Amino acid sequence: MNANEGAGLDRRKFLVAGLRGAGGAWAALNWPAILEAAEHAAHMHASDVPAKLEILTAEQAAEIEAAASRIIPTDETPGAREAGVIYFIDRALGTFAADNLGDYVKGLPVLQAKTQELYPGIARFSQAAPEQQDAVLKALEKEPFFDMIRTATIAGFLADPMRGGNRGEVGWKLIGFDDSPAFNPPFGYYDRDYPGWHPPEEKGN
Amino acid sequence: MNPQVTYKPSEEVDFVIVGSGAAGGVLAKELSTNGFKVVVLEQGRYIEPSEFGHDEIAVMVEHALTNNAHDSPQTFRTAPQDKPIKQLSAIYGRCVGGGTVHFTANFWRFHEIDFIERSRRGAVPGTAFDDWPITYADLEPYYTKVDWEVGVSGLAGASPFDPPRTKPYPLPPLPVKSSGVIFEQAAWKLGWHPFPAPMAILSQPYRGRAACIHCGRCLGFGCEVGAKSSSLAAMVPVAQATGRCEIRTESYAYRVKTNRHGRATGVAYFDKDRRRHFQKARAVILSCNGAETPRLLLLSKSKQFPDGLANSSGIVGKHLMTNGFIGVTAVFEHPLNDYTSAAVSRVVHDFYEIDPKLGFYGGGGMDARFGRTPIGFALSTPPEVPSWGKQYKKWLADSFAYSMTISCHTTSLPVETNSFSLDPDLKDAWGLPALCMTHQDHPDDVKMMKYLQDRALELLAASPAKQVCAQPYHNQTHAVHLLGTCRMGNDPKRSVINADHRTHDVPNLFLCDGSSFVTSGRGQPTMTIEALAFRAADRITAAAKRGEV
Repeated sequence: MNANEGAGLDRRKFLVAGLRGAGGAWAALNWPAILEAAEHAAHMHASDVPAKLEILTAEQAAEIEAAASRIIPTDETPGAREAGVIYFIDRALGTFAADNLGDYVKGLPVLQAKTQELYPGIARFSQAAPEQQDAVLKALEKEPFFDMIRTATIAGFLADPMRGGNRGEVGWKLIGFDDSPAFNPPFGYYDRDYPGWHPPEEKGN
Repeated sequence: MNPQVTYKPSEEVDFVIVGSGAAGGVLAKELSTNGFKVVVLEQGRYIEPSEFGHDEIAVMVEHALTNNAHDSPQTFRTAPQDKPIKQLSAIYGRCVGGGTVHFTANFWRFHEIDFIERSRRGAVPGTAFDDWPITYADLEPYYTKVDWEVGVSGLAGASPFDPPRTKPYPLPPLPVKSSGVIFEQAAWKLGWHPFPAPMAILSQPYRGRAACIHCGRCLGFGCEVGAKSSSLAAMVPVAQATGRCEIRTESYAYRVKTNRHGRATGVAYFDKDRRRHFQKARAVILSCNGAETPRLLLLSKSKQFPDGLANSSGIVGKHLMTNGFIGVTAVFEHPLNDYTSAAVSRVVHDFYEIDPKLGFYGGGGMDARFGRTPIGFALSTPPEVPSWGKQYKKWLADSFAYSMTISCHTTSLPVETNSFSLDPDLKDAWGLPALCMTHQDHPDDVKMMKYLQDRALELLAASPAKQVCAQPYHNQTHAVHLLGTCRMGNDPKRSVINADHRTHDVPNLFLCDGSSFVTSGRGQPTMTIEALAFRAADRITAAAKRGEV
């Protein structure tokens, strides 16, 4: 069991304790507070994820990470690299996406071949300049291999951090997703000051 | 799991129910409460509410709550003459509570017209469009029972199109969201009649269950606080507490057995270690959903029933209706944060029935929602946005919290070739023939989807939307509403069950779930599945007390 799974279990235990230790009505009133505390505890654990590859070699990881960091580049805000997308992909290839490992192994030489074709003298995709990498990926855009890396990058950028990516919730912060387990109205800009539901003829009353 | 009674498979119980979802959960609760011994065979696991999480990968990729292509592969084709391709087309719940665990919980009643539309509107060529053998008035007490027994939030009288009801909702509507406010204001400008969405989610604590905390993970996820009124939260615990109902999990039914008198004797199933068992019962009820109920009947063929059990009509699995579903997404200047709270807060039913002069059959409802999780959203870039790179990243930052969708939910016509059948070649992990879905939208269904999508565009034009993107129409190749495949009717040649859910062919075999539907309604079937189940439980109980089961 790794640190993240442990954190998940702690959270579940915490929730169960919260549920069983309280009467129904009290629990109902206090759910948001209980959950926030629990979620906070889980995140405290999730932040120290070991940066270790288990399936991919360092060489394979370097190429995949280079591609991922063109798909969601680093600019004023963190991108796929800072999110640790490669660790998400590595873990996925050892678990739910194990069937895809062969496709990565077969796809990486295609990436290298296209790099060498477009930029003779550059042996590896990861060594090309960002603009060159973009051109290589553009040329491979219609390939299933590209689509697989794109999907995995996006998933790793935005999945629950317990999956190994989205470190520091950088993906969620970028899109404005708050993982809090509970919210209260108003939820957004347009439901502030909502006067309540009234049919038009009653308006102005 | 809660404490419960256990039965030996060799002990003849009163009822074995296959499935613990919308229908099975209600039937288990009602029949055990009425004094009967009940065994429920559920394919999936019992998932403790505290096990439900917010991990998108678990529910969307690992299928923690739904059927999966690894164990239960499926095939798809658009027409019977086509070669099926391998594809998971019918998605349904696979855990105690079935689809009610992960659904969005929109709880619209059917309207009077849904039951009698064939008579009002006339035949539609190329379809088996028909009236139900029951009316809205027959079902109204049971809709009310659903409202109060499972817990539905809403505002009675808010929609002028609503059918009559005998009692108000037990709970007030959930709070409005930004999408709901935008939708409501634009709809009123157009002279339409927006109303607070009826939802099977508790807006206040109810019957010992907690109220919604607005986490926003309804669609696809289980509810950790039990505020979503699933069969798991609302029905199963009551059934277990009677001391007469056993929910037997990880039990995969593969055959309904019959004796030489043509009566059902029980159900054969695999346990989690794939050992075979046979649960004896005085009567059998299938509530497996509109895909697996017909599949189980077809798998149960015998010398006596060579075309499948209860299939003398030849229509088991046919007339599949999926409902039309199409949307329009819009981006606004300010954040909506519509990923929070229950999916839907406002609905419009002004197009529930359309002007016959339009020249096609159909009707529908529309609602305001966002309905997407971060990964799901990020993977669905609109055509004009680059799908990777700097511009893509900017789109992610600028649209997730600022978007909403108007979802259009529409009628489907019953076409005989739209169906679930047994795939002749592909087998599931237990060696049983896989499910094959055949589906092509009827031309009127397509016209209706486009008509309602145009209304959604009209609505957004009356809103402060900055950008609007209409989802392109494609033939529907996936289905979550699995309706009409063992339809109810008085004529045994044109239906599989009678108005009491009893099969025409096997006197102690009952079917109750989405397969029982005669028409599709306007896209929110679960409320009606549950109302039918409450009614079926009354009819079956009365028959059993008369010695007629």
